[in-house]
Amino acid sequence: MLPTSPAFKKNARAALADAGLQRALERTKPHFQQRRAAAVAALPEFEALRERGREIKNHTLANLDFYLETWADNVARAGGEVHWCATASDAREAVLGICRRAGARIVTKGKSMVSEEIGINEFLEANGITPVETDLGEYIIQLGHEPPSHIIAPAFHLNREDWEARFRKAHTDLPADRVFRERRDILTEARGELRQRFLAADVGITGANFLIAETGSSVIVTNEGNGDLTQTLPKVHIVLASIEKLVPTLEDASVLLRLLARSATGQDFSVYTTFSTGPRRAGDLDGPEQYHVVLLDNGRSAMLGTEFQDMLRCIRCAACMNHCPVYGAVGGHAYGWVYPGPMGAVLTPTLIGIDKAANLPNASTFCGRCESVCPMKIPLPAMMRHWREREFERHLTPHFARRNLGLWAWFARRPAAYRLATRAAALALGLLGRRSGRFRHLPLAGAWTRGRDLPAPEGQTFFARYARESRKAR
Amino acid sequence: MNPSGDRALVLAAIRRNLGRGPLPADQAALLHARLGAHPRGPIPARSRLPRAGQLALFAANIEKEFGTIVRVADPAAVPEAIADYLAQQNLPSALVMSPHPELAALPWAERPLLRVRTGRAEASDVVSLQHGFAGVAETGTLMLPSAPDRPTTLNLLAETAIVMLRASRVVGAYEEAWDLLRTERRDALTGGFMPRNVMLVTGPSRSADIEQSLELGAHGPRRLHVVLVDDDEAAA
Repeated sequence: MLPTSPAFKKNARAALADAGLQRALERTKPHFQQRRAAAVAALPEFEALRERGREIKNHTLANLDFYLETWADNVARAGGEVHWCATASDAREAVLGICRRAGARIVTKGKSMVSEEIGINEFLEANGITPVETDLGEYIIQLGHEPPSHIIAPAFHLNREDWEARFRKAHTDLPADRVFRERRDILTEARGELRQRFLAADVGITGANFLIAETGSSVIVTNEGNGDLTQTLPKVHIVLASIEKLVPTLEDASVLLRLLARSATGQDFSVYTTFSTGPRRAGDLDGPEQYHVVLLDNGRSAMLGTEFQDMLRCIRCAACMNHCPVYGAVGGHAYGWVYPGPMGAVLTPTLIGIDKAANLPNASTFCGRCESVCPMKIPLPAMMRHWREREFERHLTPHFARRNLGLWAWFARRPAAYRLATRAAALALGLLGRRSGRFRHLPLAGAWTRGRDLPAPEGQTFFARYARESRKAR
Repeated sequence: MNPSGDRALVLAAIRRNLGRGPLPADQAALLHARLGAHPRGPIPARSRLPRAGQLALFAANIEKEFGTIVRVADPAAVPEAIADYLAQQNLPSALVMSPHPELAALPWAERPLLRVRTGRAEASDVVSLQHGFAGVAETGTLMLPSAPDRPTTLNLLAETAIVMLRASRVVGAYEEAWDLLRTERRDALTGGFMPRNVMLVTGPSRSADIEQSLELGAHGPRRLHVVLVDDDEAAA
């Protein structure tokens, strides 16, 4: 996927004017926020679990080489194969190689953000293999040839009429005059269409929420059961996983699983939490004959030992974007690449470069809600600030912003000049805005006043008032 | 291409950025010890109950997650309970069942109208019967590990999934279910305890992808019905 992150501002403007998207955002925001709050309130141990979850991930990252080797040895012991890939291109080639050796024509897919990151669908299509997304949300956006707009609710931006229109266009084998009376009818049609694909697929690709060192297992979490059908029915199962998914033991995974569903959808536990360890065993009546893990680094190891290491604790629950005022205003597509919202604002610059993604860490009010709801306690605002510093150091900040920051810095280093200037500005604006107490238009502040009024200062600065009150108090 | 790809490259990059070489033997030994001890995290107090309370919590959570549960006094009552359920739901009197000895030993002959096939599930199967390995009261979760006598397709393909579970196999927390697996299973292939597949199932399949409105029966079963056999005297 070609990033449109450099056009974030344009994308955001378009998103604000998109009535369908705004309707979807109004519906989705309270849904996720209320459900999470209720699930967390019902578990007194939630905070203790967060603390333990953070420790587990920090411990694993500090010993990542050891745990990866232990995990890989255990995958091999169970008859599976690990394909170590330094780059996205290596991972695409590894997947294609496995598909070719299996003579695959149809590949079903469970939901995987790593598969979006490496662009596997376009790549397989270009090589004559048909990928079929089976998560309901991923399926509808595949039909519309668009990327996901959210990491756990990829099609939240669509409304019912969009679903119906796309199904009518895609499912031409069904009667054209059929009626969708309720949402259930849409679901039932998808179930029928995709069931045929599950049965026809030669290879199934899933992601992984966790990899477990002690057993060599991969773990997926779904509510639909599509991931399980994807990995159970075809003769080959490919897991796409990145190196930071590792945890040492099943007990460690249990801690993180207690945090994941509650933080994501507000469920106590997802419907299907499935641990896969190698291919079909002797005597088994079902299950794949081959089990492969395509293990991806793609820039993650370079985050170790830096101020961005904490980001590798992320378990992709989406709580940060569900509570972000910026994401809540513009949705996920505006961010222009695979990972939107606060976690994307930190991760995307690592993966596609700060030169292309500089807008994203700036698309934040630093309100801190993302960090406060993050189950892994990732200091997202601090890391966005680190990216802003790097952007400034590398002279990627736009000229206009740079010049104004320079101007501000000049005053900030000269307290007397700063006070004089702010007093003059407060006085002048206070006088000008005396009547209404606000400005509907203001030169140099057009970007602000286009969307809302600017409150007028009351005529004096905080410094002046503080000095006066202190004198009075004495 | 090297069959395992860039193993050495990826590991070297990780070590370089962590600012060290491979772990010294004494530190690796500590990590091996942690794997061996597999320490537990905080266990939610909600499942720390006497047996009867734990079973009630399990049943309440199954229903909270849109499953259904019926309790029967002994295994001999299971075929009747299933026949009654299928009749109530207006479902055909036919099912596919795991080749598990405990299921095979049930008195199916007493329900001659119920057609029972044994094996893995196929796409045409409407009702399936699985043998439950364990239940977790904390969230009303079933642990269904794969084995020759517990095929995975029986958890997935039919629109109605029925699971028979002994009450003595209901534990409080996930960690206790892992302990059952650790102590009771030995895998011939790996020498470990982990089967090919372990499904933790909490309610029937669902999706909220269409306008965040919850609908049951996305790709997996639309109905999940648990027949709990009360074999646990401590819970009586």
